[in-house]
Amino acid sequence: MAKNINKVIGQDAVIKKGWLMAHKWLLLRRVSQLAILGLFLLGPVFGIWFIKGNMSSSLIMDTIPLTDPFVFLQTLFTGYLPEITVITGAVIVATFYFFVGGRVYCSWVCPINIVTDAADWLRRVLKIKTSLSFSRMGRYGLLAVSLVLASVTGMLVWELVNPVTMIQRELVFGMGFSWLFIVAIFILDAFVSRRAWCGHLCPMGAFYSLLGQASVIKVIAINRESCNDCMDCFAVCPEPQVIKPALKGSVTSSPVINSGNCTNCARCIDVCAEDVFTIKHRFINLKSTSQREVHL
Amino acid sequence: MSNPTNKTLQSRRRFLENISRAAGGAALFGIGLGLYSQQSKSLPSTAIRPPGVDNEGDFLSACVRCGLCVRDCPYDTLKLSKLGENVALGTPYFDARKIPCEMCEDIPCVKACPTGALDPELTNIDDARMGLAVLIDQEACIAFQGLRCEVCYNVCPVRDKAISINRTHNIRTGKHALFIPVVHSSDCTGCGKCEHACILEEAAIKVLPAKLAKGELGRHYRLSWEEKEKAGKSLVTPDIEHKYNLPEGTRYDFEGEGLIQPEFTPFNESAIDRLNKGNL
Repeated sequence: MAKNINKVIGQDAVIKKGWLMAHKWLLLRRVSQLAILGLFLLGPVFGIWFIKGNMSSSLIMDTIPLTDPFVFLQTLFTGYLPEITVITGAVIVATFYFFVGGRVYCSWVCPINIVTDAADWLRRVLKIKTSLSFSRMGRYGLLAVSLVLASVTGMLVWELVNPVTMIQRELVFGMGFSWLFIVAIFILDAFVSRRAWCGHLCPMGAFYSLLGQASVIKVIAINRESCNDCMDCFAVCPEPQVIKPALKGSVTSSPVINSGNCTNCARCIDVCAEDVFTIKHRFINLKSTSQREVHL
Repeated sequence: MSNPTNKTLQSRRRFLENISRAAGGAALFGIGLGLYSQQSKSLPSTAIRPPGVDNEGDFLSACVRCGLCVRDCPYDTLKLSKLGENVALGTPYFDARKIPCEMCEDIPCVKACPTGALDPELTNIDDARMGLAVLIDQEACIAFQGLRCEVCYNVCPVRDKAISINRTHNIRTGKHALFIPVVHSSDCTGCGKCEHACILEEAAIKVLPAKLAKGELGRHYRLSWEEKEKAGKSLVTPDIEHKYNLPEGTRYDFEGEGLIQPEFTPFNESAIDRLNKGNL
């Protein structure tokens, strides 16, 4: 780790691949996040109602329903069986994330990710190394709390304080004081604890981790033998614990990053000068990797 | 052999510590949140839910706060509660004094609701019970001062059923009438048009949650006249008709004209007969 304290993460990759290729996935993610938010704002700002509602539940072209499966699950836990529209919407969204990776929601859709990525960037720029450490299991605790409270009180209790849906909603429906939560999350992540919100606390992230555990699209350390131990991927990764088994596992272990915590943000691909990582259909790559191992 | 075992024990211990720390933190947070949620259940009396909400608790278990009802409201009546407002975060409500419900016949807000939090069985907007209008300040309402206003009555979409005008005597002047608006809970939808239209600086008629606005008679009470109507006859032995002992030719009309004397016809009897009758 000592190596990367004195250099900018991904510097080698920028030199080798050029700035654009070393930021390709980051830029694509930002485009995706802003485009999705933009689609939601198209209606209220310009009167073009391509999509109506917010990220909790919405309607595309007045026909296709989409519902956040986590919010939907909370509703089920209150003991209420909702109408078919919202069930359909939840099934559509859950199926999508089941295949592309649950936490694709976190890194490609959720606007909070921009805030927490910015906080992490600031940490690196200011070289803040102290970080209050607590378990990444906390989010599963909060996930359990949100569901238990829903069934005990019969209300969507987590939605009373959920900063994610709150900020998404107020961005689309008019800002109240939820911007304070944006500030709070930024301060928490930048100055208190690294990746505290998305990586440790957010129960939505925990839910999507579980949902995407068996996803088809995975980041794969396909060229792990070319790894030169620069540690840039670990430094940039919001969930660095997921890389080690795939990158540093034994020769016979799978190079696929199998953890549901991986957000498929693909920043590891960006910052790697040696092109160790790729993001692909995991079955194809398992095959090609085993062939490679045969050659070795 | 003992070294790796120690290591495993240590890492297991660390793992358990981490888990219990996370679980403890989450549980503490859960307790706080649970208590807060009970408080957030109390809807402020100025916030009115859209049509199709029968029970606040049921509503809060079903609403996913998507705002589709808000988007489909043609009059911008509905809004989603924002952080800092007193209504359960993200749920739809309206403020009748600002923009009341226009009671659209096709009820687009209910149709838009994907979860059924707004009851899809509500198809006639007249059946909506968003709240109940109450003429809450009789001191300020100018109708009680003897002035003609009746604005609330005239804007009421269910006029004459939900609000009627009750004429009573004006004791102050002694010769005029008071035109008092009276709300009937049997027909008031709680749309809030009366509150919106009230001409006072601060409305004298306000829509309140029905729970707040309604009294309830003890279940053991029976109103005799209603029971009589239901049974089609009196349920106690009817009073026997009262017999009056009156001079010949005289009648008594109870609750009517009172004592009715035979018409005085001076020419068909003699003066002495008349004196004998003693009916001068």
